[in-house]
Amino acid sequence: MKNKLTVLISLATLFATPVMATSPVKEKLTVYTYGSFASEWGPGPKIEANFEKVCNCDLEFVALDDGVSVLNRLRLEGKNSQADVILGLDDSLITTAKNTGLLSKHNIDLSPLSLKSQEKWSDDTFVPFDYGYFSFIYNSEKLKNPPTSLKELVEQRDDINIIYQDPRTSTPGLGLMLWMKSVYGDEVNGAWQKLAKKTVTVTKGWSEAYNMFLEGEADMVLSYTTSPAYHIIAEGKKQYVAANFSEGHYTQTEVAAIVKGSKNKALATTFMNFMLSEGFQSEIATGNWMYPVTDIALPAQFSELTVPVKSLSFSSEIVAQKRSAWTKEWLIALTE
Amino acid sequence: MINFSQVKYHYQQQNFEFDLQVEQGSLVAILGPSGAGKSTLLNLLAGFIAPMQGDIAINGNSVLSAAPHQRPISILFQDNNLFTHLTAYQNIGLGLHPGLKLDAQQKQLIQTMSEHVEVDKLLDRLPDQLSGGQQQRVALARCFVQKKPILLLDEPFSALDPVLRVAMLERVSALAKQQNVTVLMVTHHISDALAVASHFVFIDQGNASAVERIEQLTRSHPNQHLAQFMSAEVNK
Amino acid sequence: MNVSLKIKSVQLPGILLSGSIFIFVLMAMSALLLYSPHVDLTQIWADPYYRHITQFSFYQALLSTLLSVVFAIPISHALFRRQFWGKALLLKLFTTTLVLPVLVAVFGLLAIYGNSGLFASLFSYFDSKLPFSIFGLNGILLAHVFFNLPFACRLFLQALSAIPEKQHQLASQLGMKHWYKFRYVEWPYIAGQLPHIAGLIFMLCFTSFATVMALGGGPKSTTIELAIYQAIKFDFDLQTGALLALWQICLCATLAFFIQKISSPTQLKSSYNASINTYHHDSWYSKCWDFFWIIVVTILVIPPLLMVVLSGLNQQLLSVLTAPTFWLALKNSLLIATCAAISAVICAFFILLASRQWRLVGLNHRADKIEMLATVILVTPGLVISTGLFLLLRDIGHLSELAFYIVVAVNALMALPFVLKSLTVPMLQNAQKYERLCTSLGISGFNRFYWIEWKALKRPILQALCLSFVLSIGDLSAIALFGSHTFNTLPLYLFQLLGSYQMQSAAVVALVLLLLSVGVFIIIEQVFKETTTSLDRAEHD
Repeated sequence: MKNKLTVLISLATLFATPVMATSPVKEKLTVYTYGSFASEWGPGPKIEANFEKVCNCDLEFVALDDGVSVLNRLRLEGKNSQADVILGLDDSLITTAKNTGLLSKHNIDLSPLSLKSQEKWSDDTFVPFDYGYFSFIYNSEKLKNPPTSLKELVEQRDDINIIYQDPRTSTPGLGLMLWMKSVYGDEVNGAWQKLAKKTVTVTKGWSEAYNMFLEGEADMVLSYTTSPAYHIIAEGKKQYVAANFSEGHYTQTEVAAIVKGSKNKALATTFMNFMLSEGFQSEIATGNWMYPVTDIALPAQFSELTVPVKSLSFSSEIVAQKRSAWTKEWLIALTE
Repeated sequence: MINFSQVKYHYQQQNFEFDLQVEQGSLVAILGPSGAGKSTLLNLLAGFIAPMQGDIAINGNSVLSAAPHQRPISILFQDNNLFTHLTAYQNIGLGLHPGLKLDAQQKQLIQTMSEHVEVDKLLDRLPDQLSGGQQQRVALARCFVQKKPILLLDEPFSALDPVLRVAMLERVSALAKQQNVTVLMVTHHISDALAVASHFVFIDQGNASAVERIEQLTRSHPNQHLAQFMSAEVNK
Repeated sequence: MNVSLKIKSVQLPGILLSGSIFIFVLMAMSALLLYSPHVDLTQIWADPYYRHITQFSFYQALLSTLLSVVFAIPISHALFRRQFWGKALLLKLFTTTLVLPVLVAVFGLLAIYGNSGLFASLFSYFDSKLPFSIFGLNGILLAHVFFNLPFACRLFLQALSAIPEKQHQLASQLGMKHWYKFRYVEWPYIAGQLPHIAGLIFMLCFTSFATVMALGGGPKSTTIELAIYQAIKFDFDLQTGALLALWQICLCATLAFFIQKISSPTQLKSSYNASINTYHHDSWYSKCWDFFWIIVVTILVIPPLLMVVLSGLNQQLLSVLTAPTFWLALKNSLLIATCAAISAVICAFFILLASRQWRLVGLNHRADKIEMLATVILVTPGLVISTGLFLLLRDIGHLSELAFYIVVAVNALMALPFVLKSLTVPMLQNAQKYERLCTSLGISGFNRFYWIEWKALKRPILQALCLSFVLSIGDLSAIALFGSHTFNTLPLYLFQLLGSYQMQSAAVVALVLLLLSVGVFIIIEQVFKETTTSLDRAEHD
């Protein structure tokens, strides 16, 4: 028994030594992100390969459930976090995230940015990496006359049922909450109750809702205007369409920031710069199914997508201030 | 010699007071009505409970500070004398070493003693596979391998039928004489006392102050309570 | 008297342990409360949403308890009187439902009553829609009854089997028929256990978490326990989480107090003895009545479990079983559950060493108290403890290094009350039988443990080990905040798969969890059989 063990150990060292000899310890960059970004069908693996080609480092994605989990993991770990970069929060969470005092200011050249949804990006902590518009997706073979405004959907269309996500757990859910608020203002309570009557279920996350919709459990599902691109490009299916609402669509910009406690700040800054380069941005349209934030060329099929007439958004200060009150409003409307 | 001097104990609103001496080599029957304190006397001597006042000495040395197993005493209870998950052999062996680490001499002793009480063919069995009498004989064997000068019997044979019970008591008495062991036995049966005991103690409402010779155990005893107890017990 | 007041050295570790468990829970709670300074109690109690969930927690727990307990009475009565093929197996399954990983059961229930389940496809075959939805109160009640009705049946059956044989003979001699015998002979035994069983089930339903999370279907059907989870996990609102936890503890403590007031002390009876009583006056009517209930409970318990097995054997089986994520989750689950189970049993052993010494000398209240201290975790959400513990420890190390130990510790704590419950009686009985014998023979310390406790209590100890293993392997709350796609357990993996609607892969994981939970009991049972026979042979010199 003892002999076997010694043999094993010496074998192990034999194999381990040459590996260690040829590769000096590489710098490691740890990036907290959400699950679908890092998954094998998301943009993560390709971006990782592209970055490692140029940085001579080891990029590691730590995949958490969603953008909110990324922020909460950082808050939980506090100053002792292992993260160098957090990636995947959306613009509505920016102020909340900054208030933790756990993030450091960047000095990235923001000139490559060209967000069509925004005036000009000037945040000193967060850098955007993609954006999109929330929208209800429907199957045009089944639903012949889609609603043309949010008000029509909420107030008139009792023939339609929908699935959306919980604003507490999912960024599209939060997006719908803000969308409803920007359209209805103080009358949002009654609107939520009307919407509740046509709601099949409120899911925790995007994938559950979207998959249920694809299984035919609802007529419309809350997603992005860019979601049909997936069906067109990856599946060759053209029946899934994003409804175009006349009030305009709420915008989501996904962002990343450097963690204050990072021990690899230089490498983190390199990564943030890389984020605005082709090696990263080229993977966004067909990996994350969102719009890239630079002028990089889009796949031809993106021209078939619905483009909102107007983009809506609240400043992140207002969201940080009002989010819990508005969430409560939604909760109470649904429990009454 | 065992000496209870002014031993006082209190339990559940009852006072107990014992003051008596037991001679070496005697076989003392402890008599008295239920609840009089027969088992309390044994428990004090064995060390399961400690007196509030007074002293208990064996051969002139106080044993109050000694743990039960450090006292020169072995004991046979009414029941639960054997660990039901261990064999007869292991049960006897535990009297010699609490972790059953036995040398050849001790193993031999177990063999001899179990032959004495006629359980040597049953050593591989678990207690459940033994009769009531066999179980108590195994326990008795353990008491005697311990080679302690005092043996306490807390009605160990009361569940056996009368013929068997007296046979067991006679066997204990014989072994005790042979090994010069002092025996204190609690019993309900006057006949048991008359059959094997050399002395008796009568516990009267928690008090006992004298060890008397067995010949004095008659219905005409000067102690009124003892006389009444005798008639009631004999008539039963 | 002062002899019994003195604390024996054998009691010390247990007293220290249960004291430190209590302090540990307190510290974890206060770590949350003090995380940031502005705590506003009134904000919570004035909040209509929290009022709503408090009401809902009570409402659903009350209904779940009523349904479980009321139906358990005729069912256990029928099971008590009737012998039939498969009864032993059915009773074995009854013991597993309570410890079955919640998500596995939920999965089985969804496969039958869900929107795309067995019933739904039956309805769609006749071109109509399912007339009910499993999401919301319906589903919560269904799942709670599934977990607790068999459990209540077991306990009532135990109470019924405590009726002495002679009383059955007497009832028969007096010609007491079905109803009269139930009313005058059997009912008193059931009634004696009723407050206790109902209270326990109410408490379990009141603090229900994973069931409500999976089947609640939205904010309308939320329990306090789930709101705690949401406050911490989604809003990172630690104070609200801790305050809600305190609120829940207060409610449960009040409840426990009242149950204690109205119920008689639990009997120290350990196991169900399958005495066959043949003394009842039988009739066609009572035969039909009994078998009706037996069929009802069979339909409730068997199909969901069967569906887990059937739907687990799908074309995704191979791809799940070859995925590294699955193996990582399996490895973590096994490791966590094993460590947690062993720690829980060791803790329980020492605590019971202390408490049984007090019980031996009649200090039952003191014994109850020390056991109670170690049971506080029963009403404290695992997530609160694990988060608090991490906040206390986060300066010592990284989350990825600490997470494993914290999850093990919290899982062990959560299993501890159940281990204590199952070992109290055997440990006490062992002491009642052998305490004096051991002191007179000087058997103490390791010798006492090995020769007396371990050898006599091997079976209950191993069963307690299994119980805590299964409880830990199905747990979702301790790991909820620490899990990532690289630190995963099987239930969390299952939860993630369900969350992304990958039903076939989820089915495979559910099957694996089911096999693990049931399998471990079977394996231990087998191992036990072999070791007892071989040990007894081997240990003759």
